[in-house]
Amino acid sequence: MATVPASAKVVVIGAGIVGNSLVHHLAKLGWTDIVQIDQGPLPNPGGSTGHASNFIFLTDHSREITDLTLDSVIQYKELGVFTECGGFEVARTEERMEELRRRMSSAKAWGIEAEIVSPAFVKEKVPFIEEDQIIGAFWQPGVGVVDSLRAGTIMREGAVASGALTTVPNVEVLGLDVEDGRIRRVRTDKGDIDAEYVVIACGVWSPKIGDMAGVSIPLTPAVHQMISVGPCPQLAGGTGEINFPIVRDMDTFCYERQHGADMEVGSYAHRAILMEPEDIPTIEQSKLSPTELPFTEEDFDPQLEQAFELMPDLLGADGAEIRYAINGLLSLTSDGSPILGESHVKGLWTAAAVWIKEGPGVGRAVAEWMTRGYSEIDVAHSDIARFHPHMLRREHTRLRTTESFIKTYGIIHPSEQYESDRPQRKSPMYSSQEKLGAEFFETAGWERPFWYASNAGLLDKYGDAVMPREHEWDSRWWSPIINAEHLAMRENAGVIDLSAFQILDIEGPGALDTVQRTCVAQCDVAVGKVIYTPVLDAKGGFLSDLTVMRLGDDHFRVVTGGAHGMADRHTFTAQLPEDGATTLTDRTDEISTIGLWGPVAREVLASLTSDDVSGEGFGMLSCREITVGPGIKVLASRISYVGELGWELYVAMGDALALWEALLEAGADKGVVPVGIGVYGTTGRIEKGYRAYGAELDAERSIVEAGMQRPKVKAADFVGREAYLAQREEAPKAVLCTMTVDDHTSASGIKRYMLGGEPILTRDGGTLTDGHGHHPYVTSAGSAPSLGKHVLLAYLPPEEARIGNELAVSYMEELYPVTVGSIDATSLFDPSNERMR
Amino acid sequence: MVPSPVNVLVAVKRVPDSSSEVLLTADEQAVDGSKAGFTTSPHEECAVEIATQVVAAGEGGGEATVVTLGDKDAAEQLRNALAVGCTQATHVVADAHTLGPIDIARELAAVVRDHEAAGRTHDLVLLGSDASDTGDFQVGIRLAYELGRPVVNGATTVTIEDGVAVAVGKGPEGQETYRVPLPAVVTIREGGVEPRYPSVKGRMAAKKVQIEEREPAAEHRGPQRVKLLLPPPTPSSVQILGEGAAAAPAVVDLFEQLGVLSR
Amino acid sequence: MILVHIETDLDGTASEVSLEAITFARNLSEAGGGVPVDAVVFNELSDDLHKELAAYGVRTVHRIGGDDVAAYSGAGWASAILTAREAARSVVVMAAGTDRGMELMAHVAARAGVAMAANVISFSGLAPFVVTRQVAGGAAREEMVLNQRPAVFTVAGHALEAQPATASGPADVVEHTPSIDAADLLARVVSSEEPEEDLSGALSSAKVVVGAGRGVGGADKFDDVLELTSLLGATLGVSRVVTSAGWRPHHEQVGQTGSRISPELYIPCGISGAIQHWAGCATAKNILAINSDAEAPMVTKATYAVIGDLHEIVPAINEEIKRRKG
Repeated sequence: MATVPASAKVVVIGAGIVGNSLVHHLAKLGWTDIVQIDQGPLPNPGGSTGHASNFIFLTDHSREITDLTLDSVIQYKELGVFTECGGFEVARTEERMEELRRRMSSAKAWGIEAEIVSPAFVKEKVPFIEEDQIIGAFWQPGVGVVDSLRAGTIMREGAVASGALTTVPNVEVLGLDVEDGRIRRVRTDKGDIDAEYVVIACGVWSPKIGDMAGVSIPLTPAVHQMISVGPCPQLAGGTGEINFPIVRDMDTFCYERQHGADMEVGSYAHRAILMEPEDIPTIEQSKLSPTELPFTEEDFDPQLEQAFELMPDLLGADGAEIRYAINGLLSLTSDGSPILGESHVKGLWTAAAVWIKEGPGVGRAVAEWMTRGYSEIDVAHSDIARFHPHMLRREHTRLRTTESFIKTYGIIHPSEQYESDRPQRKSPMYSSQEKLGAEFFETAGWERPFWYASNAGLLDKYGDAVMPREHEWDSRWWSPIINAEHLAMRENAGVIDLSAFQILDIEGPGALDTVQRTCVAQCDVAVGKVIYTPVLDAKGGFLSDLTVMRLGDDHFRVVTGGAHGMADRHTFTAQLPEDGATTLTDRTDEISTIGLWGPVAREVLASLTSDDVSGEGFGMLSCREITVGPGIKVLASRISYVGELGWELYVAMGDALALWEALLEAGADKGVVPVGIGVYGTTGRIEKGYRAYGAELDAERSIVEAGMQRPKVKAADFVGREAYLAQREEAPKAVLCTMTVDDHTSASGIKRYMLGGEPILTRDGGTLTDGHGHHPYVTSAGSAPSLGKHVLLAYLPPEEARIGNELAVSYMEELYPVTVGSIDATSLFDPSNERMR
Repeated sequence: MVPSPVNVLVAVKRVPDSSSEVLLTADEQAVDGSKAGFTTSPHEECAVEIATQVVAAGEGGGEATVVTLGDKDAAEQLRNALAVGCTQATHVVADAHTLGPIDIARELAAVVRDHEAAGRTHDLVLLGSDASDTGDFQVGIRLAYELGRPVVNGATTVTIEDGVAVAVGKGPEGQETYRVPLPAVVTIREGGVEPRYPSVKGRMAAKKVQIEEREPAAEHRGPQRVKLLLPPPTPSSVQILGEGAAAAPAVVDLFEQLGVLSR
Repeated sequence: MILVHIETDLDGTASEVSLEAITFARNLSEAGGGVPVDAVVFNELSDDLHKELAAYGVRTVHRIGGDDVAAYSGAGWASAILTAREAARSVVVMAAGTDRGMELMAHVAARAGVAMAANVISFSGLAPFVVTRQVAGGAAREEMVLNQRPAVFTVAGHALEAQPATASGPADVVEHTPSIDAADLLARVVSSEEPEEDLSGALSSAKVVVGAGRGVGGADKFDDVLELTSLLGATLGVSRVVTSAGWRPHHEQVGQTGSRISPELYIPCGISGAIQHWAGCATAKNILAINSDAEAPMVTKATYAVIGDLHEIVPAINEEIKRRKG
């Protein structure tokens, strides 16, 4: 019986498409002494890769997923295992046609060849389709099928041949040894392997293996049903595996994919059938393979009828039988993204919840990340560090994937909210906000009011200035009250609950070094100063932007958005000195934050405190403890993300409600209202041209392109400094610009409002391309009520970044004129920041 | 010779799939199919195929009815039979492993009698010769005694000629042929016919059939089972002779050593 | 009394499994204080068979003859066995676990209104009489109570080794010529014919069996294994996957729903060793597995194994045999 090597530089657990791609790229990047193990035999160890339907549609609304897919396609083509066949996403309803037009937008934004086509066009390429069942389709000629097992074998065997890799099949992992926060050893039934790095790339089994090291990998195995019908005479006679385009019948959540003389019909329409990783049968226990479970007919029966409607002659052909039917297991996550990157155990990495279409791209990205500390494609949305504790519960994954499974082919609004497993985190003001008719959206588990029904009265007051939206899609998950609250804040003041902020205290002798190394801005400032700073990776891409307060010589407080808070915590933790004397403490659950901004903000705060809050006594970008109202200790920080005078007020959770009520009460007669995150996150900041991480700022963008460079670069070293210095010397390849929409009227006469993600084109619809070869798309879109304009942010080619330049935005396949209003961080509203003083 | 309509009743059993490691339920009363899944006992897949062939060969009007005794989930086996040509289904809802072969034969006989009382005859009753899980080898024979009908055991093909069932199976002396007058019972062994997969249309039609559900008709005696157990695992003592073509000389040495290689 | 139904081979002697059944009966007899073991034989009772039964400790042979039992009928023969049982006052009626043995015992039990246990491998008590039998194709066992009389069961093939009695005497012969009810003769063999000659004709008695499974890869890829079969003068046996896929005919199938084999050497090529298949080959004396997966159940359960691609290994073996044969 085979044994495993006693030690390795890196052990990759899993020999599916991900593990095989990863060992290939690690070897290519110069790693040696790689050991790959799998519980099953080669070349098909029995995981999800072995039964995948292996087709690749290119366009996803997520740029990250699309980029990983496109990179994977290039790799599959290089390996000679890609067969282009084209693919249709067909619509049976007008609502779906709108969604296909949105897909067209994404295709244009990501640079993918695609077209909206008629039923007759589909019929010509897929003669056995009932064209009467459909009203149109989204056609991507570059869709294809791959042989993922073959691809994996070529990659793995290449790495073995290069001498970098040893692969041992039929090895069961029994344990992962962690010492001093580092992975040390993989224990297996064939012996132990001492290792510096371990990568968990074992698909549906990953949570089970992760648990061995105390690392939660929140994915769930879920069933995808598929049948194979044949032989179909219509498919016979062709050469090779596939001669007809793949059809995704989006409205019935089915796909039809030719496989030789058989037609495979797959479904995402059935109930979510989830499993625990521990319950997956072993190879010995399973009939076909551990991830090909017995087919449950009753779940599939409704789909059979719908598939039959679309292709009756083919699926009903004489002699065509259902020759194979499985409940295939695949991995789902609570937010639909993969789980990649280094866990909180140093040296223990994950590469899981990855589909065939992303496999090689993920292999390359993770290998680069392990080698250099960053990957060429930004995979921040897939970072294992993104999960907050409540998201690591299996229950959360189970509930969220149950809710989202049926949306696999669904029409998902960009602002769509989950319903399950809520509420998780409530601020102390939650009940009070409920009474005000708050519309809660979820961020990092926090229930945040986006607007308040109690402010509906403001709609009359501001009339058409609230920029009402006529179209249901544009106004879904939105309310004109947001814009009314915005105007009230600009007129008087608003109180905003910001409890979702992630608050990290860094204390100890190495605190200054830690923040200096992590942040771009100078952090060696006087105690009581507030710093806004980007955080970069080694290649000068954004990891985050956040604020840092110096509370003492050896005490810094980092405040960052909840959504990205856990990743930021991971970033700072990684910079802590090894000696343990400097600590990072997460105070998110102890401290609430309340924002108070607007022309009367100072007056309101002054009425509640005897401390000096005057312009002279409490300057911009400073922070200080004050006492508010009935003796509430508050750390006030004079900073603004909405372009108004005011403070972020940090207060103990237990005192937050009293502070909230005191502020609203004191401001009641001055027109102060509670204001939702709709203003804070969109209208307020977009009028000011403030960039948001995850929209304008990501790892593929630089400070220079974002127009955020300062005259000087601090002398102290920080991650990305060298790259940043180089970027400053080069002409930018793209420039972040602010545009306004000149005319919203669609062909049907209804005014339409973009929501983000739309391509920016020339006035007559011509393609633009920046210096990276990318096409511009809207990174953020939103109302600027004080300007009476709808504002769009986008990175434009430098030659197009001219104030007054007339371009167009494509929305639902119609062009709307836009004009460039700003080509740097200068805001359209209050450009000299008078109001903040 | 004009074929006349033939009505066939075919009994099927939902059994754990036998292509993987066998596990037992916690109460040690049955084989656990929750991992490998369930299927129709293999001999009965052939019985269903024969039933539909016999009906198809008869003059129009004949019908193949499928019956099972099993828990709610056993309806899947009925639907599968309906998808490949049976047109009616009866489900005796009961935990199969709490009944013995005597009980099951009585329940099936009750179904036949009740159907006949309602005007539905079953000229031919087909079953598998044995179920792949319990392996009792007797239900069909006991059913024949309950009904007072002749029974052929272990046939691989059945045809109807002139009101007589011609059943052929493998016996100690080769292919054995029986000619039994109808009504009769025949138990089937795999090997004479190729069970078909369902078509999409068949599957859709199967879904629309109303399954007759009924309770067990009589008190049962039970299976006389104390418990199930698994044979003790035997540690592997395999001697690897080598890998790939290079092992050929060692293999032929072994042949010589075992004396299976004639010189 | 214990009554054992005896099946004979074509040469008229008792089949191996019937001798095993008698051995089982003797063990049962010893545990039960030495109750006599009787045998029941249909039609021909040759001298050889008579002596053989006596050597195995049978006290009385009940020979059943006459026109009504000349051709086989399950009900008719069972009724005759019950006649013999009446004469012998047997409390146990048993047979070997062959298809015929199962059928006859099922008829006997149904007629007597008692339970029947198929494929018994051992007993663990007499009062109550508890037997252990094979279920799920031999992959599991069932303990079952047989508390009625007669206790009716069959003995699983190769559950024990056939052993002549240490002390044996002559066996009496009692002749029966029962007349059988017409109703019991309705289902009666009307004709029988030799099966067509083929490679696997004698699977169950073959000395060497070459097995072929999914790993062969297709109907047109059997040349290598067929050559090996022919070089060894062996018989071809295949897995259910192979017959389901239509690569080879069903009568070549080894397994729970095919033939049971117990050759001196079984050479499964590309067979993973699913329960369904193992049920048919578990009693092979030696197994040489040829498989690419070193962890396949067939490999771990085998006596010998070669790991690798059967389409490389089998031709190499064929060449080596031819070389040595000159």
